[in-house]
Amino acid sequence: MKILIVDDEQDVETLFLQKFRKEIKSKVLEVMFAFSGEEALRLLGEQDSPEVVYVFSDINMPGMTGLELLEKIKSRFSHIQVSMISAYGDRDNYEKAIKSGAKGFFSKPVDFESLKQEIAELLTNK
Amino acid sequence: MKPERETMSTSELISKITELEGQIVKLTKQTKSDVSKLKTQQNRADEAVNDLKVIQQQLLQQEKLASLGQLTAGIAHEIKNPLNFVNNFSELSMDFIQEIEEELEKLNDSTEKENILELLSDVKSNLHKIKHHGSRADSIVKSMLMHSRGGTGTMDPTNLNDLIREYVNLAFHGMRANKNPINVDIRLDLDESLSKININAEDFSRVILNLSKNAFDAMRDKIAVKGSAYKSILAVRTKDLGDKVLIVVEDNGPGVPDEIRDKLLIPFFTTKKGTEGTGLGLSITHEIIKTHEGSLEIESELDQFTRFKITLPKTTT
Repeated sequence: MKILIVDDEQDVETLFLQKFRKEIKSKVLEVMFAFSGEEALRLLGEQDSPEVVYVFSDINMPGMTGLELLEKIKSRFSHIQVSMISAYGDRDNYEKAIKSGAKGFFSKPVDFESLKQEIAELLTNK
Repeated sequence: MKPERETMSTSELISKITELEGQIVKLTKQTKSDVSKLKTQQNRADEAVNDLKVIQQQLLQQEKLASLGQLTAGIAHEIKNPLNFVNNFSELSMDFIQEIEEELEKLNDSTEKENILELLSDVKSNLHKIKHHGSRADSIVKSMLMHSRGGTGTMDPTNLNDLIREYVNLAFHGMRANKNPINVDIRLDLDESLSKININAEDFSRVILNLSKNAFDAMRDKIAVKGSAYKSILAVRTKDLGDKVLIVVEDNGPGVPDEIRDKLLIPFFTTKKGTEGTGLGLSITHEIIKTHEGSLEIESELDQFTRFKITLPKTTT
């Protein structure tokens, strides 16, 4: 299963790769990274029928925000699940995200246990 | 025809003069009292103008504080992100060392293995320290954000003792980091049998901050007078009173004179010079306690102590 993480902080890549080391090593999970909303859309568009099934995106990024990315993904690739990850755990962002079709809303610092659970659920439902 | 000129006897004349004299004295008195009334009124007007000037300065100060709050929120937020990385990566590395140790156990014993295990245990303990101090910084940043954002306005079950520990500590370090820091012996005597009570943690933390800050300011004044022979002490106590909770914040500062004690809770009343105080700290404190349906009592003895006693009902909803 392939997931895409979108965050402008580059160290997020290292963090996720290490957190999901076992799952990645055993090929249960494949993790891709994009450092902006624009890059995420390009990556998803490069494949005609994107293999990515789940996108986790930061909200506050320079350029395209996570919420804009969410809307674009939902209109172009409606089968992809999207969850938001934000340091601003406020109601406003939460409501906007859910209204635009986000599956979940994780606040920073990311609780990796709940994230792992979310991904595990996805794996069993597959 | 010329009117016949009235003639007066000498005695009549004298009595007339005396009468006139009396009137003059009366008028003079009247004028004097009028002048003094005018003076008092002018004094009052001067005072009012002065008060307004002070209030204007205080409003400026408030404005500065408000923008400082926004700045704080911004800074806190920017610190939070790198701090998350510090905490996450240290946690991850601890997990990895755990795994390395498990792998190493599978190898044959040797002095090299022994050495590696020893070093790994040191690295692990260092990582624990990084995580511990990172979490400390994180909780400080969190409370900074909470304060500058303003609370949610909800009453939630809160561990009052933990809140007091955290905010007395924060007030102390805030004071130490500011102008004219003083040494204070902080004595916490917290009733550990106290269960969680429903309070608005954001608001109530302000109460603790304000009272601590006031105590520090008062004790600083006493140090200026008494010198180093005086040892300043801030004591904070909690006590379970059954259906109520008692919180006492007491300093051994200069005390509050009787004539001022009643004015302490009035908005904009301050004994601090110029813009040092806004005169709002205690009135806000009182407001917050009132919204918790609690009460605030002030006891003081000059040169001995000032004691703020807060009583909160446990069933606040």
